[in-house]
Amino acid sequence: MSLAVRRSVPKSLTGIDGLDSMTGGGLPTGRVTLVEGGPGAGKTLLALQSLVNGARQFNQPGIFVAFEESAARIKANAATFGWDLDSLQRKKLFFLDAKPTPDLVQAGAFDLGGLLAAVDAKARQLRAKRIVFDALDVVLTLLNNPDAERREIYRLHEWLLARGMTAIITAKAVVGGAPAQGSQLQFMVDCAIALSHHEVDGVSQRGLRILKYRGSEFAENRSPLVIASHGVEVAGLRQLAGGYQPVVSERVSTGVVRLDTMLGGGYYRGASILITGAPGTAKTTLGGAFVEAACRRGERALFVSFDSDTGEIVRNLKSVNIDLDRYRRRGLLRLTSARAGASSAEVHFSHIKQLAIEQRARCLVIDPLSAVSKQGNQLTANGVVERLTDWAKAHGITLLCSSLLDGLLPDAERSPVQISTIADTWIHLNYLVNGGERNRALTIIKSRGTAHSNQVRELVLSGTGLTLTDVYTEGGAVLMGALRWEKEQEAVAQRQRQAIESHRRLSELDKRAARLSARKDVLEQALESTRGERAALREAHVALDTARRSRDASLRNLRRADASPARGKKARS
Amino acid sequence: MKAAPVVRFRLYVTGGGPNSVLAVANLKALCNTHLPKRHEIEIIDLLLHPNRALEDQVLLTPTLVKLSPRPSRRVIGNLSQEATVLLACGITATR
Repeated sequence: MSLAVRRSVPKSLTGIDGLDSMTGGGLPTGRVTLVEGGPGAGKTLLALQSLVNGARQFNQPGIFVAFEESAARIKANAATFGWDLDSLQRKKLFFLDAKPTPDLVQAGAFDLGGLLAAVDAKARQLRAKRIVFDALDVVLTLLNNPDAERREIYRLHEWLLARGMTAIITAKAVVGGAPAQGSQLQFMVDCAIALSHHEVDGVSQRGLRILKYRGSEFAENRSPLVIASHGVEVAGLRQLAGGYQPVVSERVSTGVVRLDTMLGGGYYRGASILITGAPGTAKTTLGGAFVEAACRRGERALFVSFDSDTGEIVRNLKSVNIDLDRYRRRGLLRLTSARAGASSAEVHFSHIKQLAIEQRARCLVIDPLSAVSKQGNQLTANGVVERLTDWAKAHGITLLCSSLLDGLLPDAERSPVQISTIADTWIHLNYLVNGGERNRALTIIKSRGTAHSNQVRELVLSGTGLTLTDVYTEGGAVLMGALRWEKEQEAVAQRQRQAIESHRRLSELDKRAARLSARKDVLEQALESTRGERAALREAHVALDTARRSRDASLRNLRRADASPARGKKARS
Repeated sequence: MKAAPVVRFRLYVTGGGPNSVLAVANLKALCNTHLPKRHEIEIIDLLLHPNRALEDQVLLTPTLVKLSPRPSRRVIGNLSQEATVLLACGITATR
């Protein structure tokens, strides 16, 4: 409620979130709001819903004055939205049947005096704070006199202001926007809201626009309005700042182990993930893997399919070992399928939201999201997708959407509904045709806040499940499928050859070492004996020398000669 | 035209509003002209008895109800269109 911060007139919440955000806090308290619109635009519902919310949520009793439909019928209609009016009726809500009887005879001018007197009494009794005059134009038409109409509008307006009740007056609008009766109302009231209802290519589109709001800022643009199973929903303002759950850095598994690794642990909790790809690239399978992983962790999940029957999804995913049926039976998983063309994008959004809330889903898959932008929804789909991602984020729901891409080429990586910029993680699947085969390639195009792999991987689906395999690059070309397999086989063979070769070399070297070692022993023996021989020789030589010397000495003694032994020795040698 | 029944009216008004004042005057004039001595008029001011508006389903004022003779009839407005009132209430105009 970014607008509510400013000082402005006091406001009363309608309990219709989108409207309260557009008006910055609700309708002007104690003043009159005009809600005008064509047939089926949701005037009565909007007015009644705000009255019921006022009574139930804000403890403000209210009075509903019905000029067009009988009170009983309005109550019956309300019951289809699950509003239990009977329990409110005794103390907090009063229906006044003010439908003019068809056989009414008119003879001269009249006024609403009796009605106001009755309402006055009832308002005092209930201490009513809010009041709705539904289809005021019906009774104004009876006056059949512009002056009288103006007078009655004026009288009613004054009366309301004097009572200080927060009032809603609904009236029909003619084409062009002005109410058929008393366009003066538009000028008089403090707040005027126009509801529109038109058809685009066979799809019903409703909208709400605030025409004026005295003393307050307001969102001026038309905002989508949906009549959902529990009442009116208004798109309201997109709020980026505030209101979000704290950002978490928790990771949730993608359901594919290697993809978790590529993403640094999985998707971020509460992130929005976009999976794009041509038909048949296994977008649904990735979605299935994601919810299966969620259910395995014990988390509740919702899977919304726009192109297949839920039974088919279960069967098809079973073929790649993703068993969703188990979790569906346990209530952890809810699968639902819808036809995209059957409703407007707004209605789908509202429906998905409702289902997710009922299922208390923490993980949500929409497959494919691009379906909602089909026929008649092109204009609104972008806004819806934005709000869906915002909504999921605000509720901490991890949202995985798939989207069809027409192009197979990477440069056509552009999703039809421009969620690629909003998505936190964008995974692109495509076919690569090579060597007479089509193979699935997976690329992480972006993943905010994650150091993710930049490599293209081949996505392989088999009876045992989903996995990613490395791709071989050869001469700049990526190899996949059979070519990759061949390359893998080749590598295996090469490794085997290398192993055999090195084994052979090893034994050869062992043999050679053994041979050398043997030779070393022989040589060592030879060396040893040579040394021994030499030592013996040396010993013998020394002994001989000693013997000679002693013989020489003996000889000298014998001859008594003093002849130098050296000379003698020399002479002899 | 002998033993013509008494016509009983009830007129719901809201205080002294212009339409209410006119309606009372118009009704009295009409009765005096067309139903001399055979009419009864009950006037209920819804400002004084607002619950009667809810109980009797009278929200547009003034409202004239012809109670008897049956069938009862309702006419809204200040009764300035005398012919319409007479016709609706099944009263034959006296010349």
